[in-house]
Amino acid sequence: MPALGLVLLVGVSGSGKSTFAARHFRPTQVISSDFCRGLVADDENDQDATPDAFDVLHYIVGTRLRRGLLTVVDATNVQRNARAALVRLAKDHDVLVDAIVLDVPEAVAVDRNRERPDRDFGGHVVRRQQRDLQRSLKGLRKEGFRKVHVLGPDEVDDVTIGRERSWNDRRDLAGPFDVIGDVHGCASELRTLLGELGWVVEPGGAHHPEGRTALFVGDLVDRGPDTPGVLRLVMGMVAAGTALCVSGNHEAKLVRALRGADVRTAHGLAESLDQLAGETDEFRQAALRFMDGLISHYVLDEGRLVVAHAGLKEAYHGRSSARVRSFALYGDTTGETDEFGLPVRYPWAQEYRGTAMVVYGHTPVPAAEWVNNTICLDTGVVFGGHLTALRYPSRELVRVPAERTWFEPVRPLVAPTTEREATTLDIRDVAGDHWHDTELAGRVKVPAENSAAALEVMSRFAVDPRWLVYLPPTMAPAPTATEGDLLEHPERAFADYAKAGVTAVVCEEKHMGSRAIAVLARDADTAERRFGVADGSTGAVYTRTGRAFFPDRTLQATLVDLLREAVEPLFDRVASDWLVLDCELLPWSAKARGLIEEQYASVGTAALHALPALADVLSTASRRGLDVDALARRTGRRLANAQAFRDAYAAYVRPSDGLDGITLAPFHVLAAEGRLLAVDEPHPWHLERLGALSSPLLTPTRSILVDLSSAAEREAGVRWWTELTSTGGEGMVVKPAHPVGRGVQPGLKVRGPEYLRIIYGPDYLDSVEELRNRNLGRKRSLAEREHGLGIEALRRFVGAEPLWRVHEAVFGVLALESEPVDPRL
Amino acid sequence: MLLTITTTHVPATDLGHLLHKHPDRVQEFRQSFGTATVFYPEADDRRCTAALVLDVDPVRMARSRTKSADFSLAQYVNDRPYAASSLLGVALADVFSTARAGICKSRQDLADTPIPLELAIPVLPCRGGSDVAHRLFEPLGWTVDAVPIPLDDDLDWGDSRYVRLTLSGTVRLADALNQLHVLLPVLDESKHYWQGADEVDKLLRSGGSWLLEHPERELITRRYLARSDRLTADALVRLAELGDDVEEALEPEPSGRRVALNVQRHDAVLAVLEELGARSVIDLGCGGGRLLQRLVERPGLDRITGVDVSSTSLRVAGRRLGLERMAERQAERITLFQGALTYTDERFAGYDAAVLMEVVEHVDPERLPAIERVVFGQARPAAVVLTTPNSEYNDRYDGLAGFRHPDHRFEWSRAEFATWCERVCAEHGYTVEIRGIGDVDPDRGAPTQLGVFRRA
Repeated sequence: MPALGLVLLVGVSGSGKSTFAARHFRPTQVISSDFCRGLVADDENDQDATPDAFDVLHYIVGTRLRRGLLTVVDATNVQRNARAALVRLAKDHDVLVDAIVLDVPEAVAVDRNRERPDRDFGGHVVRRQQRDLQRSLKGLRKEGFRKVHVLGPDEVDDVTIGRERSWNDRRDLAGPFDVIGDVHGCASELRTLLGELGWVVEPGGAHHPEGRTALFVGDLVDRGPDTPGVLRLVMGMVAAGTALCVSGNHEAKLVRALRGADVRTAHGLAESLDQLAGETDEFRQAALRFMDGLISHYVLDEGRLVVAHAGLKEAYHGRSSARVRSFALYGDTTGETDEFGLPVRYPWAQEYRGTAMVVYGHTPVPAAEWVNNTICLDTGVVFGGHLTALRYPSRELVRVPAERTWFEPVRPLVAPTTEREATTLDIRDVAGDHWHDTELAGRVKVPAENSAAALEVMSRFAVDPRWLVYLPPTMAPAPTATEGDLLEHPERAFADYAKAGVTAVVCEEKHMGSRAIAVLARDADTAERRFGVADGSTGAVYTRTGRAFFPDRTLQATLVDLLREAVEPLFDRVASDWLVLDCELLPWSAKARGLIEEQYASVGTAALHALPALADVLSTASRRGLDVDALARRTGRRLANAQAFRDAYAAYVRPSDGLDGITLAPFHVLAAEGRLLAVDEPHPWHLERLGALSSPLLTPTRSILVDLSSAAEREAGVRWWTELTSTGGEGMVVKPAHPVGRGVQPGLKVRGPEYLRIIYGPDYLDSVEELRNRNLGRKRSLAEREHGLGIEALRRFVGAEPLWRVHEAVFGVLALESEPVDPRL
Repeated sequence: MLLTITTTHVPATDLGHLLHKHPDRVQEFRQSFGTATVFYPEADDRRCTAALVLDVDPVRMARSRTKSADFSLAQYVNDRPYAASSLLGVALADVFSTARAGICKSRQDLADTPIPLELAIPVLPCRGGSDVAHRLFEPLGWTVDAVPIPLDDDLDWGDSRYVRLTLSGTVRLADALNQLHVLLPVLDESKHYWQGADEVDKLLRSGGSWLLEHPERELITRRYLARSDRLTADALVRLAELGDDVEEALEPEPSGRRVALNVQRHDAVLAVLEELGARSVIDLGCGGGRLLQRLVERPGLDRITGVDVSSTSLRVAGRRLGLERMAERQAERITLFQGALTYTDERFAGYDAAVLMEVVEHVDPERLPAIERVVFGQARPAAVVLTTPNSEYNDRYDGLAGFRHPDHRFEWSRAEFATWCERVCAEHGYTVEIRGIGDVDPDRGAPTQLGVFRRA
């Protein structure tokens, strides 16, 4: 049997198909028509339900085949039409299909049916089926089956079933590989490249001292000066087991030509035929056998690497059908031709979302570039470009220049759309339910309804997705305090971390501004190379929902320039051409002026005008002798609260105009080239490096380290917080000093009592007992999931993964932020 | 929040009879959102003042609204405890229900008679500025004193949305109370809270004669309808707050003068679609579905699809089209789904025509190439009908500073639009014909530019 594919059991009712299936296959692999009839009719023998039952059967079988599962159909399948529908289903899913015929004598089948009380149909049914079967047997092999196994009565019980790996399945080979692009008869360049890669090239073969395997992406032949030389070398390597080669479209055509078919000799075929004419007949026959035997794609290294001449979309990996071969040889052609008479190809790589790396050639490009984990290695050596190899798994590119232009191209070489191109993002990357695997938070679900809200914000307001490599997570407050009339207290954060096994924490001053993520490229070249942004911009500073801080583009660019200048020494210190920084932009009023006016100042002024008026009326009433004392006292207290509320937000209001008056307080160097600093380095490392910077644009972040085993240090931490908050500070953030694993909050905020008036309302201290019944569970869970996703986005960006992989994680953070959680936490 | 009602009718203490509240007592009335207290700070023959104090408990109010799942901070920190909002209207209707009905067994004559009254509200939210207070109350016979309250007494931030309101006039007390009951919510600009809409509707229907004859009755009615019609998008409000933004920025209301042009634009787009002979149309950025509604009415269209990035807009569009009540055969022609033009989407493909009406100018210029490729490169409809403002026309609009809409990221002159169209055509194999929509100015052209792209 094929390891992946469809198996049809063929036999009359009572021939023992179900028994046979149960013996040789897992129950879930076998889909029987009786079972499906039962599903749709509550009666496995209700023949009226047969059409619906087969609809269901086809649906189940199709779904399993799409998912790559071996599937066995247990139905009589004695009629050609019934088989044809299933064979078509297999082809539609590009898998092989086998038939197993159970050819038992009619009498045995009739007897068996008689023993089963639920089968009330007479012997004539079996007879009719037997007639159909006998009629079918002859032509069965021509119906599209890979193999037909006919088992006679004596053989049925004496069968073992083995699984045959398909030709393209070489998951067992793990490399290391050197994947080599289109050679097109450039034998000399090939020898040079193999030499560069460390191969020892001998006459008629080559081997690598480190045991590497070469993978040729096809198009060894045509156009170039020495097609026989290339063939001789590669055939030798393949025969010796040091190389694998897939077929290119040029091999396919050359095979037809050598067989005498009437093919057009354009596109360099004539050169090959001429050159091969000078070879011995024996070599020509060997070359023909070699090229004819080439298969169209390989799946290697446990499915992590796929090689095909023109690339291969994910649904076709490991599959076998005419259209899979056609895709692999010619690409995803639309049938149209362009102005140069060449076929128009659909940009399948832009839509590629698979996990397997796909390496291919076929379309000459100026330089090999990654597009969504796929890469085209045809760098047009025969047109005077280069011959390129990809070392796997290190992803290193090695290339040698053409010795000359061997053949004039009909159309200029065009660069592919790279994987950092913003238009490679597809709606399916973000819409609907998504699950993301993260290192820090496990598998995180982003529900469709959250994505829907995020889509609007992301697409209407967020900065270019190529800059948006990270969004910060929400942060939970420390467990609720019971000290005095406080809701939050540092000791609660210390205790929480101590309980989680953290030994030291860092307390960072919490600036009251707007959260800002700064993505800075050193120059426009870096922006283009690393971020794929070629419009001359060199970075972005954006809010926690991904928006630019200023609508004015010039101001945005100036802020990026100023900040880059301010943190200049950092680039060298972390040896990177780009940085992602986590900051707070100050003052709060710079960004939040609208919010402050709408939300806070309005409440403040309403309170400060309404309450005195009420106090007046109450005192007049009191003078009349009415008993309004309780209300008057309450009004007085509320007035004092309102004044404190107004002072609390006003403390974070400072004049700013454009960039004048703006500062940034960076507190975390999130990532740099090759380094996920947010996880790899402890907080003191970050604070030390950021603290060493000095610029009028930067506001330093004060911090202290607290050893959780020292009561004195914990007390000092509490004193520090009290000082901060009693002088108008928002509060502090407590973070584990050293990186921690899963299940530990990345940070806990401890906000000051006056600041909390802004959050809980002017009079919150009057109902603090009630407010202490706050549930932090959801907030903590959300903080952990968002943190996991955010770090995952950075990890992917640092790992140079495709844009969509980074974007889906960033998008997930924004989507989770729309989850309904008490906004006061 | 506070309302005082003063009369100088002699004897002034008759006010107690009319209000059914004794001038020498302090009375409390429990409301679902707090406590209402009525007392009289002054009460003699010549002058009597009743005070209605509403003590709103924001915690209780927030809790009573768990149904709405409004997880925005504004739910907890808001002006309800201080300003005379719709809540005061509700409390007033409840506490003074008999007086509002104009019934007074002991002084029925007086209840039927206009008397000198002064109503004072120290902090009144006044949507549209103090002018609106004048427009609403003066036709009812009041002398209006509406003094704007500054946003902050120390910071130089200008006026808040509140006024200190004093109304004086000779009015029947029941009318005065009814007027406040109806007009307080009209003035209240808060979107999130909390008027028993059905109660107001009832009053509007049975409405006093004063409402029927009110010159601003249209404004009054419209604000009510807008209010009960509004779909709050809680998740968006929450995301806006997170980014230190105000939710208004998400969906500003179009100004009045754009409405007429809107209709002209629809007519023009429909005419072009007819000309193209399109049988399937996708409206990319359909908003609340006004164009879709007109498309649905037209014969000859087999497939009509509306796409918008806002699920709120799509809900509005669905309601406008009556999708849920629509016959199956009719509904089959129509599809609505959420999508964004900066993401490739195979659902956009396969249409005779795509409409992008007033869409591109809402996109940051650096994101335009993405849209170009998604629409012209990937979806590749046979025709694209695209409209966008003509920036040259803007100085014909009085008082317009900046763009025509706060969310516009750019507006193109005719030359800029033509350049863009030509580049898109060259890159993606389309031809374009550029036209104008609206009254043509000899120097500035038409207010709206229309590009009709055909796939080459």
